[in-house]
Amino acid sequence: MAKALATPGAGAQPATSLTRNQACWLLATAVLTLVPHTPYLPAWVTALCMALLGWRALRLWRGQLPPHRLLIMLATIGACLGIRVGFGQFFGKDPGVSLLAILLCLKLLETKVARDIRVAVLLAFFLQLSIFFENQSLPVAALALCATLLALASLLALVDANASTKARLRTSALLAAQGLPFMLVLFVLFPRVQGPLWGLPADAFSARSGLAESMQPGSISQLGLSEEIAFRAEFDGLPPPPGQRYWRGPVLSEFDGTTWRPATSTIAAEPSYQTSGPRMDYRLTLEPHNRNWLLALDFPAAGLQGVRYSSDFRALADTPVRHRSRFNLAAYPETGVGLEETPDVLAAARRLPAGSNPRTHALAQQLAAEAGSNPRAILERVQHHLREAKLTYTLEPPLLGQQAIDEFLFDSRRGFCEHFSATFVFLMRAAGVPARVVTGYQGGEINPIDGTLVVRQSDAHAWAEVWIDGRGWERADPTALAAPGRIDSGLSAGLPATEARLLAMPDWLRSLRYRWEAANNAWNQWILGYNPERQRDLLARLGLRKPDWGTLATAMSIAASVLMGLLLLWAQRQRQARSPLQKSWDSFCRTLARHGLTRHPWEGPADYGKRLAFARPAQAKELRDICTEYARIRYGSGASSEDIRSLQQRITKLKLT
Amino acid sequence: MPHRHAERLLEAASQIILGKDRELRLALACLIARGHLLIEDVPGVGKTTLAHLFARLIGLQFQRIQFTSDLLPADILGVTIFDRENAAFRFKPGPVFSQLILADEINRATPKTQSALLEAMEERQVTTEGSTLPLPTPFFVIATQNPVNQIGTFPLPESQLDRFLLRIQLGYPARNAERALLRGEDRRSLLERQQAVISPAELLAMQDAARQLTVAEPLIDYVQALLSATRLSTEFAAGLSPRAGLGLLSAARAWALLDGRDHVLPEDVQAIFPHVAGHRLHLAGDDRPAPPAALVRVLQSVALGA
Repeated sequence: MAKALATPGAGAQPATSLTRNQACWLLATAVLTLVPHTPYLPAWVTALCMALLGWRALRLWRGQLPPHRLLIMLATIGACLGIRVGFGQFFGKDPGVSLLAILLCLKLLETKVARDIRVAVLLAFFLQLSIFFENQSLPVAALALCATLLALASLLALVDANASTKARLRTSALLAAQGLPFMLVLFVLFPRVQGPLWGLPADAFSARSGLAESMQPGSISQLGLSEEIAFRAEFDGLPPPPGQRYWRGPVLSEFDGTTWRPATSTIAAEPSYQTSGPRMDYRLTLEPHNRNWLLALDFPAAGLQGVRYSSDFRALADTPVRHRSRFNLAAYPETGVGLEETPDVLAAARRLPAGSNPRTHALAQQLAAEAGSNPRAILERVQHHLREAKLTYTLEPPLLGQQAIDEFLFDSRRGFCEHFSATFVFLMRAAGVPARVVTGYQGGEINPIDGTLVVRQSDAHAWAEVWIDGRGWERADPTALAAPGRIDSGLSAGLPATEARLLAMPDWLRSLRYRWEAANNAWNQWILGYNPERQRDLLARLGLRKPDWGTLATAMSIAASVLMGLLLLWAQRQRQARSPLQKSWDSFCRTLARHGLTRHPWEGPADYGKRLAFARPAQAKELRDICTEYARIRYGSGASSEDIRSLQQRITKLKLT
Repeated sequence: MPHRHAERLLEAASQIILGKDRELRLALACLIARGHLLIEDVPGVGKTTLAHLFARLIGLQFQRIQFTSDLLPADILGVTIFDRENAAFRFKPGPVFSQLILADEINRATPKTQSALLEAMEERQVTTEGSTLPLPTPFFVIATQNPVNQIGTFPLPESQLDRFLLRIQLGYPARNAERALLRGEDRRSLLERQQAVISPAELLAMQDAARQLTVAEPLIDYVQALLSATRLSTEFAAGLSPRAGLGLLSAARAWALLDGRDHVLPEDVQAIFPHVAGHRLHLAGDDRPAPPAALVRVLQSVALGA
């Protein structure tokens, strides 16, 4: 680094024309800078940039000079017009970035002297920054970092046109590494702004895949193939066994014959139940789903920060989850809930549309009669019936008509969890027992790399709850009756072999995915998740309570100065990694410099000795001898370590009078 | 402890060319480094005397070639003539077949003739009619050149200038030296009487000794840094070539030998650097040779570090 920084007047060197090598580096920088932008630029801008870069590469390949100024001027005017027409304006993020991208490519075409390269690299740096307006994911950050390294290397190519590729990349990595501490200081201390810095992208809150607020046949099975992550959970202790991992979403009580919808529920600051049994603390990191339900594990503990409780035992956030957010939650899985349920709720949980699914209705009546109207006995009878009914669990259930439950139970016998839960609840209601559908997620897998539990869209599930007097709401999962593997080992274990193969994944790919997701999780948690609250917490822990801009600015400048000092010290040490001979020679020179006889950097030892002897006639011989001896040892041959030692002693003993 | 032979030689030379000790020393260093010398100055300051003197002091065969615009290559290299007695062609060697040659006013001749001599200098042999004849050893050319802005000159191109190891300028003598010169005996007759103080064999021994001198790693680093500084500097049209670097090192060796040392110091390099680089570097923009101040700036830009 010292070398790269110390070369004086470095950039001005190739006054005439740029070498091919320098142009190649710059071209590579531009390509890597623009690649992450392509999904966000209009197609014609991307195409134009590719054409311009291709033209540049072709000219480079053929060793041609830059095209005529007029041509570039025309292209610039054309591009500006295109931006104006395409966006309707020049100002704002999108037209700005598009314009800069085109200008970078045009600048590349006309680079002739070192200054052009510096301008182009500056432009590239800005574009590397602006990609984060669009995308802040780990791969994009990695790409931007690579582009930055290349840009630094392009600048280095100006200083030392003959360095090898490896040396150049190493130097630019070193330069970037020196910037790293400063970046960290700014990251930690610079006041955080919540949300996108540059206004809101138009489609920020558009629909994302995830649980819907209602359920009809097929609404959950369409999520079955989506490997997108819904949320992650980190447990303080051991995570619960797979059979207990029920993450509660919308509770659906209203049934109109085809669609299940939630009944109105009240929302309170405290849960409506008394928690009991062991407590499980965990942190939930939700991907944005634009709803305010939190998908908490059954049943949320009281007094959680930023959480409200619905009367159907869901945990809710104050506002819809629009950014990836973290919640500190706790659950009591063994709590009994709904012991004293209101008549309204129970009435809703018994209601069925008239004339719906007559065959199932008849079956329920028959089962109820056999069980003698005892709810527990009815439950057992219904479960027994479903288990014996030879129903198949499948991701591809056939399309059903108006009386969907009848058709599923008696004709097609193929369905996904929504069919099972709907049928079960219908049977229970028809037999007179209050029951309702609960949707949410079930299961999830532990990432062995970082130990977090990852729950995907394919873990979306629907189960049921029945209300039994004296026991409250009890969970019943009818899917488990037909496909027990689904609950314990996840979706693919529950499916027939032919369908499971679709979801199967080779081990190496799975382990690669684990690693990738663990890295992404760390990135999300530590980099993107560093929001104003966490900054406040961290600063408070550092002793900065309620800091204002002034305090932060002072802290930043102090930290930057300390880092600068450390870097200088490091550079100094690098330089001083020299031999004992050099050390004592340096100390000799320093001693004389204190007496006004500074050695010029270019001055050789013999000349220095003569000058010293002339300036200090009293010690002329000794001074001259030291210099001569040093010159002999350093530039001659056959000097022994004994010679070096005796010279060191002479220098130590030297007393200037 | 200065070198014995060299000291004797310089002592005798300074009796005849007064007040030019440093130039004499440089010329001798060039001779020891087996290089050729270019003296650039106005007429009448003792260029010819200097060449003559060295021939005398070492006892070398001496030839003077006065370059004129009608001089032909054959006038230098020699011609093949028909020998009637033996009924065969015979090569009649030209003046270049001598140990010390004074090429006077080399920039008055046409480029073709110039290059004939310069090629012989580089190869140390002459090829005519398919046969190759080696030139005698030691072989030393002292060329003189009038300042290029004089009328009727063909300035040597840069590639040819590169064949000269050192370039020196004699300049007018200092006041005291000039008074002594005017008062004293005619230089020519002094020269006539001058006896050789060392033999050609002793000169060859000195050349060999110079090549044995120690050049330590730090010195190599220093020379390389100097070369690279001339290349990175914006002052010059182009930097020094690796050949110039080799020349710099061999001249520095000779300079160290004259000082009686067995190793080369940065001071040696610094002492001869202006004379090695002066005629090889040209200013960027106009085609003028680099002025001494620019060369000093190069020297001062390279630190003697760790």
